[in-house]
Amino acid sequence: MLVFENVSKVYPGGKRAVDHLDLEIGEGEFICFIGPSGCGKTTTMKMINRLVKPTDGKILLNGKNILEQNVVELRRSIGYVIQQIGLFPHMTIRDNIALVPRLKGVPAEERNKRAEELLELVNMPKEFLDRFPHELSGGQQQRIGVLRALASNPPLILMDEPFGALDPITRDSLQAEFKNLQQSLGKTIIFVTHDMDEAIKLADRIVIMRAGQIVQVGSPDEILRNPADDFVRDFIGKDRLAEAQQHFQTVGQIMNPDPVSIGLGATLSEAVRTMRRRRVDSLLVTDDAGILRGKVTIEQIDRNRDLDAAVADLMERDIQTVRADTLLRDATRNILVRGSKYVPVVDARKRLIGIITRTNLVDVLYDSIWGEEDDEEQDAVVNEAAAAPQTGEGS
Amino acid sequence: MDAIRSFFSEYGGLLLEKTWEHLYISFAALLLGVLVAVPLGILLVRIPKVAGFIMSIVSIVQTFPSLAILAFFIPLLGIGKVPAIAALFLYSMLPILRNTYIGVKNVNRNLLEAARGMGMTSFQRTVRVELPLAVPVIMAGIRMSAVYLIGWATLASFIGGGGLGDFIFDGLNLFRTDLVIGGALPVTLLAILLDWVLGRVEYHATPKGIRGQGGAA
Repeated sequence: MLVFENVSKVYPGGKRAVDHLDLEIGEGEFICFIGPSGCGKTTTMKMINRLVKPTDGKILLNGKNILEQNVVELRRSIGYVIQQIGLFPHMTIRDNIALVPRLKGVPAEERNKRAEELLELVNMPKEFLDRFPHELSGGQQQRIGVLRALASNPPLILMDEPFGALDPITRDSLQAEFKNLQQSLGKTIIFVTHDMDEAIKLADRIVIMRAGQIVQVGSPDEILRNPADDFVRDFIGKDRLAEAQQHFQTVGQIMNPDPVSIGLGATLSEAVRTMRRRRVDSLLVTDDAGILRGKVTIEQIDRNRDLDAAVADLMERDIQTVRADTLLRDATRNILVRGSKYVPVVDARKRLIGIITRTNLVDVLYDSIWGEEDDEEQDAVVNEAAAAPQTGEGS
Repeated sequence: MDAIRSFFSEYGGLLLEKTWEHLYISFAALLLGVLVAVPLGILLVRIPKVAGFIMSIVSIVQTFPSLAILAFFIPLLGIGKVPAIAALFLYSMLPILRNTYIGVKNVNRNLLEAARGMGMTSFQRTVRVELPLAVPVIMAGIRMSAVYLIGWATLASFIGGGGLGDFIFDGLNLFRTDLVIGGALPVTLLAILLDWVLGRVEYHATPKGIRGQGGAA
């Protein structure tokens, strides 16, 4: 819906605030512009509603060049939320919210209704309508600031560090609230911030800028996983990268590559022996090709007294598996939510290549809390887990 | 007590007439001052390059002795009320102009940018944002001007403009203390009264949302 074509802004004196910028933004996208101060992020945003005039290039909004539109009409059709709230102190909350509709000549009754509707959207009671901005807390004020931008239902909203001046707790809740609002209303948002956490939390795509140029554009995941260069890496910060690394750990990286398994043809007595030797209470069953077929547990064997029966007859066939390249965080959900003690890891051909146990997860947790150096301590934890094999012959 | 009673029986009618003249001259000058200085102040904020120059000229005018200015208008406008009003108008300009300029200029730039970004025209920004927010400061200037004018209007008497100055200067010429006091006292009372009235006006003219918050946001 919004396209930057080779856009530049040169200030008198030769400072290039924005340098040959190309960017395409889709309908309903939440875009965060981020970068150090003076990188041109705010300038870029302000060119969209022509608070700053581009020196060069074209900005197309829904296919139309914004420079060829009436500037007042253009601005009224784009929501705008500024830093430091920017509510008009001499106007009631009602008048503040309904400002743009009023400029557009919407009748008072309709404006009123709209203001009430919007206030409901953020769960604020109607009584607030007749109050003045200074009677509200900072968080409430910025909520109104956001509502004001929504008042005439613009498809595109520009936000210039809107939550920058709030305390961390209020900011957090407002961010979550706003993200929900944005998704339910389907607005396209251009959001300028210098707070990487904020960008990661809110954005569909993050645009990282430096010296008027785009360094990297991508989803928060993409950027955290593959920072384009050292600048981006520095900007994201070591801690956040390390954290992200964990975030993007795959099952293959932490799995135990040596699961205790048994062949399809083995008898139950063999299975019991293996269990006892390896000190586990269940076995994964594989065929000759190493393909996972099912599992048997000690309880199942206990119920079936015929120890000469084949494992294949007794085993549970329908078991949940996970691929080695699955992100750990997704696998974790399965393990924790379903309450399984472990999940077998298979490759593309369903061959058993490892196992993830709760122990592995605990290790990861310990690693992220205390660092990775203490191997001995980890071993102590391993023992209590159910299907935790040490070393052994395998299938 | 008797002296006061006889003063009023002798001069009561004249006192009323002169008080009316005094107020008439002052208010005419003040009104002209507001009509010229407020728009000029707003305009000056828009053209900062000229603003400094204009402000210094007005400041210089302020330093001219009041009698000299009154005398200066005699060759131009003759004697009577018109030159008196013209001279006082020049004086009333400065406090109003300066306060309007400062009041409008100090309106939070962020608010103005928000107004611009939301699609207010330049006129709408002035009328709906700048002026309401600058009201407390502008009104303070008008109040100051008004109180000065009541005092300076006594001098109008020198060029035949009338007003309570007539009492005071007659009294000085005739060594009549009662006339001097009879003129000076009402002038003082008028100044105090007017300051109070304009204080109320200022309170009511200030938008509810910014009352009691120390001026423009």
